[in-house]
Amino acid sequence: MTLRRLHVLVTGTSSDAHTWNLMYLQLALEEAGHDVTNLGPCVPDGLLTETCVRLRPDTLVISSVNGHGHTDAARAAAAVRYDPRHDAMPIIVGGLLGTAGDPNADHTPALEAAGVTAVLEKDDLPKLMRLLAEIRAAAPAAAATAAAATPAAAAGRELEGAR
Amino acid sequence: MTAPPGTGFAGAINNTRRDGLVVVQPRMGFAEPSAMRAGLVAVRDARATTVGTITLDSYTRVGDLHSARTAVRTRTRLNGYPLCTHPDDTTRSMLSEVYGPGFPIQVRHGSARPGHIIEAMARIGLDATEGGPVSYCLPYGRTPLRSAISEWSAACDRLAEMSTPERPAHLESFGGCMLGQMCPPSLLVAIAVLEGLFFAQHGVPSISLSYAQQTQPEQDLEALAALRRLIDELLPGLDVHVVLYTYMGVFPRTRAGSSNLLDESARIAVFGGAERLIVKTVMESVRIPDVADNVAAVERAEREVRCSQQMRAAGRPPWTPSESGLYEEARTMIDAVRSLDPDLGTALHIAFRRGLLDVPYCLHPDTQGRTRSRVAPDGRLEWAHVGSLPIDGPRPAGHAVGAQELTSMLNYVADRFDSTAAAVR
Repeated sequence: MTLRRLHVLVTGTSSDAHTWNLMYLQLALEEAGHDVTNLGPCVPDGLLTETCVRLRPDTLVISSVNGHGHTDAARAAAAVRYDPRHDAMPIIVGGLLGTAGDPNADHTPALEAAGVTAVLEKDDLPKLMRLLAEIRAAAPAAAATAAAATPAAAAGRELEGAR
Repeated sequence: MTAPPGTGFAGAINNTRRDGLVVVQPRMGFAEPSAMRAGLVAVRDARATTVGTITLDSYTRVGDLHSARTAVRTRTRLNGYPLCTHPDDTTRSMLSEVYGPGFPIQVRHGSARPGHIIEAMARIGLDATEGGPVSYCLPYGRTPLRSAISEWSAACDRLAEMSTPERPAHLESFGGCMLGQMCPPSLLVAIAVLEGLFFAQHGVPSISLSYAQQTQPEQDLEALAALRRLIDELLPGLDVHVVLYTYMGVFPRTRAGSSNLLDESARIAVFGGAERLIVKTVMESVRIPDVADNVAAVERAEREVRCSQQMRAAGRPPWTPSESGLYEEARTMIDAVRSLDPDLGTALHIAFRRGLLDVPYCLHPDTQGRTRSRVAPDGRLEWAHVGSLPIDGPRPAGHAVGAQELTSMLNYVADRFDSTAAAVR
């Protein structure tokens, strides 16, 4: 059976300007056979929720490395979860979530309470790939949405133009 | 350090330049006024020719002052000093007897819409900051370039307005650091110079242009020479100095590797003729550095600067600058942009829309995003795809760079310094 491609929405958090983590994730996820829409750095919660509604991605991956991730990602996840249409969408958070060099696991309870599905430690790409493979295996086959075919860059540009 | 009174940041750098010194500056910001003050005092008292830095937190940068206020109220950790949230009097007393003619301070923030920050500086009496319409916009978020250009136009006008002949405001272009790493040096130099021209067009009286250490010292020296030549040609008679940044990309994980990378940047500053050096610390890859980390870094850099100055006096340069046509490439891009419109802001906007300027791997919606770069086998940073840039270079049809290659290039410098450090241990 051919599994359908997942449409993964990759985003930074509202206050995080880092880009390389997002660019790397995009390339790695594309090479793993997923379609990626990359919202880039400093994404306001409003744009994130609007994009989730518009593109209905299979999974949301939030990456943050500026130390504010433990609060920003929780707030963003709660904003996304506010809309019941996103109840089933996994939200995966990773990067460097605190300022003190503490493990991300310290922030897992608060993030999960806000609606995050999984919190990954820094650089744990293998676990992200495993989680996505599980999500893909569980997803109904041949249900590819129109959104999944939208080239990532074009989607981002279109959204920006619409604002 | 010491400087005659009443000269501000600009005057202090002119004094150190006259004395042949390289000013060393940390990047440092703490949310608590007492911690910020302690950091500034420690940098001032370090055994080095220093200026101070107040790095603002990310909420203040993006103008989310509500979150900054909430964080201060609930004592949640912030990654910098919330200049627009603490009462002005709190900041004034934080600065009292620290900030003065002998110890100028630069406010660093990364804001594409800096109006609130410049106003706070004007109220408090801080006279130096950093940024630019391109360099504080494209790498850092989704603010439309057109908005950043108009906001930075207003910011430059305000800096010009708050200047006096005795105390000219100073603005540094961050253009030489685009995305921190992987931007070919000719484009870094071109963007820094174009932002300098933009600042000058708006009457900012004192300017510095940045350049960040990249992957190969020979190429960095060629870039710094090109930058200096373009300043002489295009910004003659203005108060302009050059600031070098210690490597801004993925930092070595070992203490020895980090120290050696910092040392190399100090040597590049001296042999490239930079007047100021902004350092990183050995803790960079682990956490936000503390005060002791920063003091150690500025003192280490100062020692290496002095050592390099002796090498220079003895006529023993460690490297020969490359001759790859970097100046010509930068000049071609600058001329192409300037020919688009007499107003630099308008010209920059058109240039990015048409892809005449295009930063590799930049995700901003207002760039074409067609260019790619790579680390060549000899360590130089080179073009893998020049997109629509007005220069010669590769334009491959297929996918130029994959995730694994990107990772190894992003880690090229860290790996080089970590492996050398391991080899000598």
